[in-house]
Amino acid sequence: MAKKKETIPSSLLTLTIGIAVAAFSVWYGQNNHLLPEQLSSQAPLVDDLFNIMLCIATALFLLVEGTIIYTLIRFRHRPGDETDGEYIEGNFSLEVFWTAIPTFIVIVLGIYGVQVYNQMGGFDTVGQVAHHHHQHQVQLASLPADESNPMLLAERPEYGVGATPVEGLTPPDLEVDVLGMQYAWIFTYPSLGITSGELHVPMGQDIKLNITAQDVLHAFWLPQFRLKQDAIPGQPTQLRFVATKSGHYPIVCAELCGAYHGGMRSEIVVHEPDEFVTWISENQVAQNPDLEQAVALRTDGDRLQDYTTQMGLDATTVQAALKQP
Amino acid sequence: MTSAQLPLESPPATPPPSGHHNHPEKWEWYHYFLYNVDHKVIGIQYLVTAFFFYLVAGLMALFMRAELATPNPDVLDPNVYNTLLTNHGTMMIFFWVVPAAIGGFGNYLVPLMIGAKDMAFPNLNAIAFWLNPIAGIFIGISFYFGGAQAGWTSYPPLSLVTNNLGQSFWILTLITVGTSSILGALNFLVTIYKLKIPDMRWDELPLFCWAMVATSLLALFSTPVLAIGLILLFFDINFGTGFFRPEMGGDVVVYQHLFWFYSHPAVYLMILPIFGVMSEIVSTHSRKPIFGYKAIAYSSLAICLVGLVVWVHHMFTSGTPAWMRMFFSIATLIVAVPTGVKVFSWVATLWGGKIRLVTPLLFAVGLLAMFVFGGLSGVTLGTPAFDLHAHDTYYVVGHFHYVLFGGSVFGLYGAIYHWFPKITGHMYNETLGRIHFGLTFIGTNLTFLPMHNLGLAGMPRRVALYDPQFEDLNKLCTYGSMILGVSILPFLINMIWSWGWGEPAPRNPWRALTLEWQTTSPPAIENFDEDPIVWAGPYDYGIDTQSFEEEELSVDEMLAEVGQEMK
Amino acid sequence: MTAIDVNDNTLNPSTATTAAAAHHEEHEDYRLLGLMIFLASESLMFIGLFVSYLIYRGAAAAWPPEETEVELLLPAINTIILVSSSFVIHMGDVAIKKNNVKEMRAWYLGTILMGLIFLGGQVYEYLSLGYGLGTNVFSSCFYVMTGFHGLHVFVGVLLMLGVLWRSRRPGHYHATKHTGVEMTEIYWHFVDVIWIILFLLLYILTLF
Repeated sequence: MAKKKETIPSSLLTLTIGIAVAAFSVWYGQNNHLLPEQLSSQAPLVDDLFNIMLCIATALFLLVEGTIIYTLIRFRHRPGDETDGEYIEGNFSLEVFWTAIPTFIVIVLGIYGVQVYNQMGGFDTVGQVAHHHHQHQVQLASLPADESNPMLLAERPEYGVGATPVEGLTPPDLEVDVLGMQYAWIFTYPSLGITSGELHVPMGQDIKLNITAQDVLHAFWLPQFRLKQDAIPGQPTQLRFVATKSGHYPIVCAELCGAYHGGMRSEIVVHEPDEFVTWISENQVAQNPDLEQAVALRTDGDRLQDYTTQMGLDATTVQAALKQP
Repeated sequence: MTSAQLPLESPPATPPPSGHHNHPEKWEWYHYFLYNVDHKVIGIQYLVTAFFFYLVAGLMALFMRAELATPNPDVLDPNVYNTLLTNHGTMMIFFWVVPAAIGGFGNYLVPLMIGAKDMAFPNLNAIAFWLNPIAGIFIGISFYFGGAQAGWTSYPPLSLVTNNLGQSFWILTLITVGTSSILGALNFLVTIYKLKIPDMRWDELPLFCWAMVATSLLALFSTPVLAIGLILLFFDINFGTGFFRPEMGGDVVVYQHLFWFYSHPAVYLMILPIFGVMSEIVSTHSRKPIFGYKAIAYSSLAICLVGLVVWVHHMFTSGTPAWMRMFFSIATLIVAVPTGVKVFSWVATLWGGKIRLVTPLLFAVGLLAMFVFGGLSGVTLGTPAFDLHAHDTYYVVGHFHYVLFGGSVFGLYGAIYHWFPKITGHMYNETLGRIHFGLTFIGTNLTFLPMHNLGLAGMPRRVALYDPQFEDLNKLCTYGSMILGVSILPFLINMIWSWGWGEPAPRNPWRALTLEWQTTSPPAIENFDEDPIVWAGPYDYGIDTQSFEEEELSVDEMLAEVGQEMK
Repeated sequence: MTAIDVNDNTLNPSTATTAAAAHHEEHEDYRLLGLMIFLASESLMFIGLFVSYLIYRGAAAAWPPEETEVELLLPAINTIILVSSSFVIHMGDVAIKKNNVKEMRAWYLGTILMGLIFLGGQVYEYLSLGYGLGTNVFSSCFYVMTGFHGLHVFVGVLLMLGVLWRSRRPGHYHATKHTGVEMTEIYWHFVDVIWIILFLLLYILTLF
């Protein structure tokens, strides 16, 4: 150790560098502007977690990279010097130190991360228990065509982000059924009798999306909401959130779903509550079940036919769905 | 046990010529194109084949970047784009990094490093190699039929409904290389366990060999599970089974588990041998013992063990119950610890050394710099809360290219330069090597750094068309990829020119201490003309430096001296 | 094996014969170890299948679903045959350890016959079940799992035929050199153990 000390910069310098690195890391952690706007109640939680991780990461990055660069300069080979470096095989306390510190960091991060995840509604035990109704074959016979197969319906928990601990047992204010298909999202409001190619939600209300997929895997991603959940054929999933700001924001498919996966984009429109009421009334009037026309518009109409009849799709919504290439 | 007997006690006679050594004095060029059981030939076969596929897969990446330079799908047909993205990933993993690192350097170096004459099962070794060209033919056929288009993950149902013929041949390809990988892994374990020269203690085993032990264990335990997943997928596609068809009671998420049970450890398959390479290069060129030999050896095994139970972090947004998301999150974060230990140990090895910035070390340090970045972004992805946002975005693409390109490929380049004199018997050109490093380093960062921003801002991965707001950063990535494309030229020129006309290399140009440097460059057919002698640990640099200085003894002379004493 | 001489430096070259014998011993050793590692890896394939099967079972309302029930009598007989064949093949091992090649050949022939009967029974069961690979996920599991195991049985039969073929030459196997025989036996036991698990999963577990 005594020999090693000569090669370590003086403690004052170390302290200064330490403070500078810490200050910069904290600043960058808070002011990175890497993430888009925050639109949901969960977004600030995720961003705080990210910022803290970014802060720690920046500090570690600067320290390690700084040490590497310093080492390369300070200990570079001088011409003519054919000797070897010092015979140091290790340093037990140093090794314990750099094992313990990362262990501590990742455990704290892990616990914090899980806690954030819990606050977001990741541990929606309520939703999962609610789904555990014993569904037996007899009951199933009456269900719609795509769910009639008894093999499908053992008890399956609903995966995704559900009710947050605060919301607890309260049912959501609005439920929307989301169906992913190549290459569009279809949104059905069972309680309102509306079907749409865009997702319209009221601001400040507790929304639950029931996500399914018709053909292949898709992933329903709201970047501004920091929420993503795969749409899985044969397995219902959910997302539950409160939108905190009005406006138009993208909906992105994040799971490779075919040639035009990149074009599978839609929009979430967050309305002020009174605006939303207007939207509902306009659309309930507009929902004109002119199905023949709607289906004819779709080139591969056969595949969609079941759904159009089942959902009462109208021409405009199908067109909206088709606008995506 | 005969092995308890030290060879020093018996007269170190050259091995008696036995009848079954039926090989020529020296391999001719055409021997490298034929079935050959010499581990060195097989190693070179692996390396050259893998490099060919690297060029092919790299070209695919350039086409994809060309497509992504603009938001509209204007360069390639979207189906072709998906074929390229699927096969770029597949080939880079299964035809380049895994065969080059494990098959190539593993085969070439392990027997030399442990003082053996060959692998334990030379024929099995050759068979394992020749499965690779067969797999190459399969993937060629797959391409002919339009190629697999469902991503390298090939998740059903997409893989069930897209280009069945191309997908089926893709599956055969992977099963073939998987078999090759299992046979190779088995061979490494037996070789290291049984053929290590007896006077090399286990704690004198070069760290590359430790890394190969960990790698082999992983390959043995994870590859079969992928194989079964792919077989089931194959049956679903071709024989109407219902494993991944929800309408028949199947479950698409089961495939994801089977797939990632292998494919997450595959990440470690690609990086653990590289970690081994790192330890060799860093210690040798900084002329200093490796810092914390045991910590590095054990951390490889720790990564191997923990790495087997983290796979669900690829499925945080899929049909994954909450308890799994929690458990696998913690396990994932834990992997950062042994990895961090390695990184810190290498930095500490550099610290206080006499660092020679030759090309292998440049690549090693470049690896270190970028792996730190990739590792840190990996930790952020390990938390499910943040992963919900970042999963399947360009953030992930950026992350894994930092660890796989900045990590594995840099390591492979470093290893190629480091062992080039040994393998070919010629020195490479240092200037070209440095230019290669500079271009690669700049290109890598320019290509993959902006991807993090893109992903966080909302750009999903695997898209041929994207929101126009991301165009500027994508252009930057595309320019970076062009630099990467160009960076291959100095490397190719260097390799070809140096192999043919480079300055002849001495036995031990780096004055390294592992056993492979005790033999001629290139090594004789059965590796050692005389039995190698473990006269120092693999990293005992700086021991008795003073006496070296006085007598100015090189390692070669030391060796010769020791050899004399023996006689 | 035409293996390159790998271990000379550990041997005492005082007498050429002992060196040669010891050399051979060493090789035998590797092959057994290699087989063990290979089987460990192979078992992961079956474990992957078993776990997937259990997941499907756990997710289904009825298991096996209606109209894809399995019969029990024939598989039970088959199981008894396969399990007892493990003892038969072990008798072969005992025989070769006593340097009795002829007896070993007889026991191996017996094992081959039992293996073939098992395979025949399996094929008969396939033909009589009345549902196919694609009926539902249970039938898919059933055929793929038993088929994959059947493939292993078939390979085992081929290995045993290989042993019989090689044992024609006098002195190819003897009391101290019979790794091929031993490896085949170990492989056969492995196939047997896998079957027992398969039988429990596919036949017994479906009763509950």
